[in-house]
Amino acid sequence: MEVMTSPPEATGIAAELDRDHAHFLLQEMLRIRRFEERCAEVYSLGKIRGFLHLYIGEEAVAVGTMQALQAEDAIVATYREHGQALARGIPAGVIMAEMYGKSTGCSRGHGGSMHLFDIARRFYGGYAIVAGGLPVAVGLALADRMQNRARITACYFGDGAAAEGEFHESMNLAALWKLPVLFLYENNGYAMGTALPRAQAQLDMVLRARGYGIDAATVDGMDVLAVEAAARQAAERIRSGGGPFLLELRTYRFRAHSMADPDRYRTKAEIEHWKERDPIALFITRLRERELLSDADLAQLEGNAAAEVQAAIDFADASPPEPVEALLRDVCTPRETPEPTP
Amino acid sequence: MTTTTEKPSTPAASRAATVTYREAIRAALREALAGDPRVFLMGEDVGPYGGAFAVSMGLLEEFGPERVRDTPLAESTFVGAGIGAALGGMRPIVEVMTINFSLLALDQILNNAATLRHMSGGQLNVPLVVRMASGGGRQLAAQHSHSLEGWYAHIPGIRVLAPATVQDAYGMLLAALREPDPVFLFEHATLYPMEGELDPAAGAADLDHAIVRREGTNATLITYGGSLGKALAAAERLAEEGVAAEVIDLRTLRPLDMDTVLASVAKTHRAVVIDEAWRTGSLAAEVSAQIMERGFDLLDAPVARVCSAEVPIPYAKHLEEAALPQPEGIIAAVRGVL
Repeated sequence: MEVMTSPPEATGIAAELDRDHAHFLLQEMLRIRRFEERCAEVYSLGKIRGFLHLYIGEEAVAVGTMQALQAEDAIVATYREHGQALARGIPAGVIMAEMYGKSTGCSRGHGGSMHLFDIARRFYGGYAIVAGGLPVAVGLALADRMQNRARITACYFGDGAAAEGEFHESMNLAALWKLPVLFLYENNGYAMGTALPRAQAQLDMVLRARGYGIDAATVDGMDVLAVEAAARQAAERIRSGGGPFLLELRTYRFRAHSMADPDRYRTKAEIEHWKERDPIALFITRLRERELLSDADLAQLEGNAAAEVQAAIDFADASPPEPVEALLRDVCTPRETPEPTP
Repeated sequence: MTTTTEKPSTPAASRAATVTYREAIRAALREALAGDPRVFLMGEDVGPYGGAFAVSMGLLEEFGPERVRDTPLAESTFVGAGIGAALGGMRPIVEVMTINFSLLALDQILNNAATLRHMSGGQLNVPLVVRMASGGGRQLAAQHSHSLEGWYAHIPGIRVLAPATVQDAYGMLLAALREPDPVFLFEHATLYPMEGELDPAAGAADLDHAIVRREGTNATLITYGGSLGKALAAAERLAEEGVAAEVIDLRTLRPLDMDTVLASVAKTHRAVVIDEAWRTGSLAAEVSAQIMERGFDLLDAPVARVCSAEVPIPYAKHLEEAALPQPEGIIAAVRGVL
């Protein structure tokens, strides 16, 4: 079996790098990393149940791409969406509480890890049917276009989704109608345990996207600055009326597919190879080389992340469970409910 | 797929008139498009073709390609795009050509449209209307003729409608557009050329109640959609034999109005359910079970069912007729419970 392709060569640090912004990006990645580590820990204690898909290793993707989005833009994500949810600003406590099945959870305990929603932040959820979010993203963008709103819809999906019929259909429809969708292809090389070359005949996603009439680019998903720059460029193109754009983010998950996955399909050597390009370690090294990050700075950022995650766990622990009386509450909308304001 | 060509005539908005079922749907579409800028129609061949069943004829010319929007043959994605557009503040009406094709969109329907409100803890709702043709009787064989609306009626989170009359074809579509959650309308394909009275002034129809279409005292016939005409024909012939059958049109298949059904059974003490779907696991089974659960003591005979034969719908006319419920079978079932 072919070992998955490495990311493109590092694009190098931007000439002008603002210290505060660099610290912000690092803080965001650390928040996600530490959050996910603690999720694994409380999962083993039985406090989180069901499926749990961790984002460790892919932090630069969510953090970098999120910098290109504005408050009114919409986000559609996958079942591996804790990173996007945190980077979008959903409080860590309500995400943790959701996974604890608590009434303070962002989906009040009805969705769990795979279905985080926060409509005030236009976070339209994690979709656990692979590629199932793509048509919804196309529709959100269609609504924006038909109502003359200058917004974009960012749609995260994985390499497994690119084999689904809904991927083909959504590429075609978004291109046909020139809809403002930013397709964010998180290529971590594996559809659950199936390496991409074992499942898809054409691995060149830029070529595939262009086949649908969609402009596309590939970026090193382990380099947060490169991701941010590419995402900003892509979003700008869409905002200026260029129609949909596909950005491939080459990344890798350091953990198994889910907590239930014994991870038998990858070699240790392959995992170690990618860990050498850990997006957080890589960024720290670069910032230090440029003397933009002191030990005290890093300790501060790490301390912030640890405290935030501990507070999230405390909040989830202290929150009341969603009452059984609420079981049927949200199956249908009460008819007197006012219409949603998008 | 075949189509029927017909002049795109529609009655004046305010006067009662005799129109076809398809004209009634078109009148509702026109009224909705004219009255609400958020409403748009999309689906396969709804534009220049005028709809596979000629329902949207003339609407493209009147409302333009943004609001009468042809889609590629991509059921899953155009239904999913309808969900997204509904989330984004529009009021999409999605036309899926036939119910068999809707299976390609089941992922979006079940996993997204029906679940988003619940999964999001009540943050979202999906005001989406999906229309499609259902049922057999046109010799289109086993991939264009099925009655699967009972499957849809199995799904919590959506509303399932089966208009059986011209007035309901109009009024139930208008009412569907006022619903906050996804609504699925199943239009029996043999009904499109059916003529009937339409009073546009009646406006949006009530979606909460079944209707007694014919009163009687000896047995209750419970049906919906394309089988209503057959049940009424059977009741007419039974009347000649001195049997007064009451005929109930369910209209809304989810949620079911069992109160109307049970009130009738309390009067007749006998029930026959007529459903063009297959018998096993059918809506007829659900209605029958609920009569048993809530009205066991009302019954003087077991509930009878008249359903399609358990076979993919065949092509040849005589075979198809044998597969589908017919008035003769309904009459025999009524005699069986008397």
